[in-house]
Amino acid sequence: MLSGPRTATDRANLPYCHESFHNLQELRHSASLANKVFIQRDYSEGTVCKFHTKFPSELDSRIERTLFEDTVKTLNNFYAEAEKIGGQSYLEGCLACATAYLIFLCIETRYEKVLKKISRYIQEQNEKIYAPRGLLITDPVERGMRVIEISVYEDRGSSGSTSGSSSTTSSSGQ
Amino acid sequence: MYLKGENEPVRECQYNQICTRTSSPMETPHQKRRKVKRKWQVFPGRNKFYCNGRIMMAKQTGVFYLTMVLILVTSGLFFAFDCPFLASNLTPAIPAIGGVLFFFVMGMLLRASFSDPGVLPRATPDEAADIERQIDAANGPSGPGYRPPPRTREVVINGQTVKLKYCFTCKIFRPPRASHCSLCDNCVERFDHHCPWVGNCVGRRNYRFFYLFIVSLSFLTLFIFAFVITHVILRSNRTGFLSALKDSPASVLEVVVCFFSVWSIVGLSGFHTYLISSNQTTNEDIKGSWSRKRGKDNYNPYSYGNILTNCCSALCGPMPPSLIDRRGFVEPDTPQPVTHSNGTSVYSSNPVHSHVCDQDQCIQSTKFVLQAAATPLLHSQPQVILTGAGAPTLPEGKLSLGGPCTSVGPGQPSLPSSIPSLTCAGELLALRDTDAHCRHHHFISPEETPSPPAHPPPPIPCAAHAAHVHPAQLYDPASQDSLHEDSVRGLVKLSSV
Repeated sequence: MLSGPRTATDRANLPYCHESFHNLQELRHSASLANKVFIQRDYSEGTVCKFHTKFPSELDSRIERTLFEDTVKTLNNFYAEAEKIGGQSYLEGCLACATAYLIFLCIETRYEKVLKKISRYIQEQNEKIYAPRGLLITDPVERGMRVIEISVYEDRGSSGSTSGSSSTTSSSGQ
Repeated sequence: MYLKGENEPVRECQYNQICTRTSSPMETPHQKRRKVKRKWQVFPGRNKFYCNGRIMMAKQTGVFYLTMVLILVTSGLFFAFDCPFLASNLTPAIPAIGGVLFFFVMGMLLRASFSDPGVLPRATPDEAADIERQIDAANGPSGPGYRPPPRTREVVINGQTVKLKYCFTCKIFRPPRASHCSLCDNCVERFDHHCPWVGNCVGRRNYRFFYLFIVSLSFLTLFIFAFVITHVILRSNRTGFLSALKDSPASVLEVVVCFFSVWSIVGLSGFHTYLISSNQTTNEDIKGSWSRKRGKDNYNPYSYGNILTNCCSALCGPMPPSLIDRRGFVEPDTPQPVTHSNGTSVYSSNPVHSHVCDQDQCIQSTKFVLQAAATPLLHSQPQVILTGAGAPTLPEGKLSLGGPCTSVGPGQPSLPSSIPSLTCAGELLALRDTDAHCRHHHFISPEETPSPPAHPPPPIPCAAHAAHVHPAQLYDPASQDSLHEDSVRGLVKLSSV
């Protein structure tokens, strides 16, 4: 199931473009969605936003382990930075309280700034690393920060469309 | 809007087309396809939205209006009747400080009431299917009569084992400290309680506003109480007590309101100050999750160990953004669950994918109808709101606080208590065969139930008939096979419960 617009006209009509990857347009046209891999949250350090860095087996043949782990670790670092409680966040909090939180009508919170950075980073990663391998990362903020969704595409040209369904049939075979 | 009695397969396809057209009679089909909805309009929870999605509140807001009226009337009377005397006889700083306090209280109240408490969006169909697969893999094969164990995951947080429960409504494993509010029908992060006085849940994103509201309201109440008494005393020094009361009758009302509020509000502020300093939620405190009585080694893994750090992190910590993106636009390709929107039924505005009516679709839709059948049953848990002080602690987290802010414990039961509901759905399954996917849930009126067609029509009209929450989820052909497997397994599972 594709989460983005299919054509350039659709994209232009939407008021937001979270996935305006030009080269991924070709990917979508030529490839079909085979499977989705979900990287779950790692709660071992509490409620801070952190994802498991364990390499999923479904991506074994698609991407190098180190690239994947780097991506997830960088994302974890971004989220840690956003949720860090320290001098800057206290200052922001006290200033906001003093202005009865009206100041957020004018300025962005630190969290929002970091989320924008994350969005740019994911876009860049998709364009440079994941799209050439037929993969697509969805920003976790669009999944309620619960999962990193990685869509696995199969090339329509190739007949290897069984690899997507094989992972489901193996677990459903009873 | 409904055409009752339409129960023939061929007509059902046509009926669906008519149905979508009548929902917006002025628009041509071409325009209809381009009209996009905002996400708040298709939000699956029981919240109410105002100002085009900017404001989000719970469904029942009556008590919130009472709160507003009490604060506005009392403060208004104070500024109108007591402040002129006090300003001229004591100092004009009194109305000034009172004014600042009043605006702060109102600001915090509105902020707590109108903002998203930290609602977790429900799982997308793919996510839900993935979690189901993981649970099945973990539980092993299920034979007939096998009762699946409760869906929980254990995680170790800072040395303490915490159980994450699966939410059947939202189809996610709840993060630690999150809970499902049965009144709003949402999972809320760091769920504290549902506050009827504020008309919203209190969770991660609006806890600080709630706390500042009750603290500033305590100050305001004490302020008004003290200065009204001062006013009456000063007046009665000049003219006598009874004539003082006659001269400012409003003061009597103010004193009465303030006197009765101050105990509960100040008490509540004290209670929440304690919670903040120990980094606990009302929910955890009521359940005694981290109390020593549970075990010697039981401690709060979320506490920073330092009262000051706990307070600062709760009040001055980073402000997370809303995860539900209320004002975003619904993507036309994405399947949307059919939900209530501010009390009205909203149907999926997706263009009808012209799939061929075939057996796969039929089985798949049966599963979704059954899921939909199961879901409202799980909603119908009796909700208990206890008011007043002194009610005994009940299990499952239902308790009344000694104050105005009554709390409702999380309504999402663990699996054992919800198995009867699933059994009911299972019985519903036993009554139907896979062809009869258009038999509806029992609380839709019988005359609307169409007869089972020989050749199953596409799933969309079936979902469109439902007046309650039905996940009318559409999948593109690429993932059809996996869904066929899932739906068949779903049917087998339900029948074995």
